[in-house]
Amino acid sequence: MDFDLMVEVTPLLIRAAWVTIDISSRAIFFGFFVACGLVFLQTFRFAPIRWFARGYISVIRGTPYFVQLLLVFYGGPSLGLRLDPITCGVVVGAFNIGAYMSEAIRGSIESVDKGQSEAARSLGFGKVQTMVSIVLPQAASLMIRSVGVLAIVLIKNSSLVSIISVVELTYQAQRLIGSTYKPLEIFTLSALMYIIIIYAVMGIIELAYRRATRYTTQ
Amino acid sequence: MSTEQSTDTPMVEVRNVHKRFGDLEVLKGINLTVNRGKIISIIGPSGSGKSTLLRSVNHLEVIDEGAILLDGVQVNRPDMKGLAFERHINNIRQNMGMVFQHFNLFPHLSTIDNVTLAPRKLKGMDKKTARELGMEQLERVGLAEKADVFPNWLSGGQKQRVAIARALAMKPKVMLFDEATSALDPELVEEVNRVMRSLAEEHMTMLIVTHEMSFARDVSDWALFMDGGVVVEECTPDKLFSNPDQERTRNFLQKHLGNNH
Ligand SMILES: Nc1ncnc2c1ncn2[C@@H]1O[C@H](COP(=O)(O)OP(=O)(O)OP(=O)(O)O)[C@@H](O)[C@H]1O
Ligand SMILES: [Mg+2]
Repeated sequence: MDFDLMVEVTPLLIRAAWVTIDISSRAIFFGFFVACGLVFLQTFRFAPIRWFARGYISVIRGTPYFVQLLLVFYGGPSLGLRLDPITCGVVVGAFNIGAYMSEAIRGSIESVDKGQSEAARSLGFGKVQTMVSIVLPQAASLMIRSVGVLAIVLIKNSSLVSIISVVELTYQAQRLIGSTYKPLEIFTLSALMYIIIIYAVMGIIELAYRRATRYTTQ
Repeated sequence: MSTEQSTDTPMVEVRNVHKRFGDLEVLKGINLTVNRGKIISIIGPSGSGKSTLLRSVNHLEVIDEGAILLDGVQVNRPDMKGLAFERHINNIRQNMGMVFQHFNLFPHLSTIDNVTLAPRKLKGMDKKTARELGMEQLERVGLAEKADVFPNWLSGGQKQRVAIARALAMKPKVMLFDEATSALDPELVEEVNRVMRSLAEEHMTMLIVTHEMSFARDVSDWALFMDGGVVVEECTPDKLFSNPDQERTRNFLQKHLGNNH
């Protein structure tokens, strides 16, 4: 192992790791709104709107993220959709995780005991108030872990955006290998950085989950 | 409140109520009246439609035929739609307290918040007044010292008492109990019964579905035996439990008085 080289390239890799974090966190943030939108569309009485949402979710779940990325980046321009690589990474990431997240959100809302909304309704709460004050707060703590897992998958998948030349962690690693010919050192370093990012995120999720479910424990 | 009003005015009226789940007719023309300040108990075998009836009174089940009235106001309104009906039913429900077999306390809220949420959000009560009211209700069920504890810390009996306090905080005109004690360990039943008895002493109007024959006999002014979606027999509890007219009632009681005590 060439440790001098590893020390030398570390700052460059750290900067690239920030790009990974930046793209991923923006994709997760916007993906949450996509997910809420999809959940909302599925509550419509008008069936075609529900079908649209279900269809969209099926397409996303049925195709590889990599293909989605290539399709939008290289296929988009022929439909007039021209995105710079970073924006493309964020947008495709958001629309991808949004589909999965909407399923997680819907699942956690449905797993709140029906007796909860009945109790609220019997007190005189309306549908919306029941949702906001009773169901969603409980669903929110239930969804932290499942949404967290999706966030971690997305962070790992973000390495795929290197294919459209976003200078994130994986792309930077490959570029450095091109000039140094030291794949072992450089991929080891970048793997280490992914581990740090992912375990930090896992820790945050676990803390948030414990905090959110304090009321059920002890 | 309305304690000075005569006790022979109806508080809850159920008129020829039918309810079907698909092809299964669960309520086949139920009639019943609970007068102001009176307590009616409903007993009957499993599946006879007791819960469905009580839930229909609260409009948690939508009836197919007939009418339900609370204090002279019709609860089910097939003529009303959408938001107008939402507003109507939410107002009606504020005047009915419903107690469920499985408590259905809000686990993410402390005991006091469980009790005060509805008065705060639905009656616009400020936090301080609501807390005073909430503490009052918790004292009434003997749980003031548990105000700031989450429901999961409580025993089943305590949970049910909080659920009663939560319903009482809305100052309901009637309390509906659907087997309030059947999910409880036997040693916890009495503390809930005690609370219900104290409500009886305060002349709360109550409609009680129960498997507790001796409690029903003690506390109620009138008793109904339901089977197969109809009221088979109704009379004073003394008569119903000691000398019922109907064969079906006798059979049911024989089975139940046998293994209940
Ligand atoms: N949502 C529903 N959909 C279909 N059938 C239902 C539904 N709710 C109740 N039923 C049926 O209606 C009948 C009456 O049920 P209900 O719960 O009112 O009986 P019950 O007298 O309260 O019984 P128990 O003593 O066991 O609580 C039963 O046959 C039950 O299976
Ligand atoms: Mg029942």
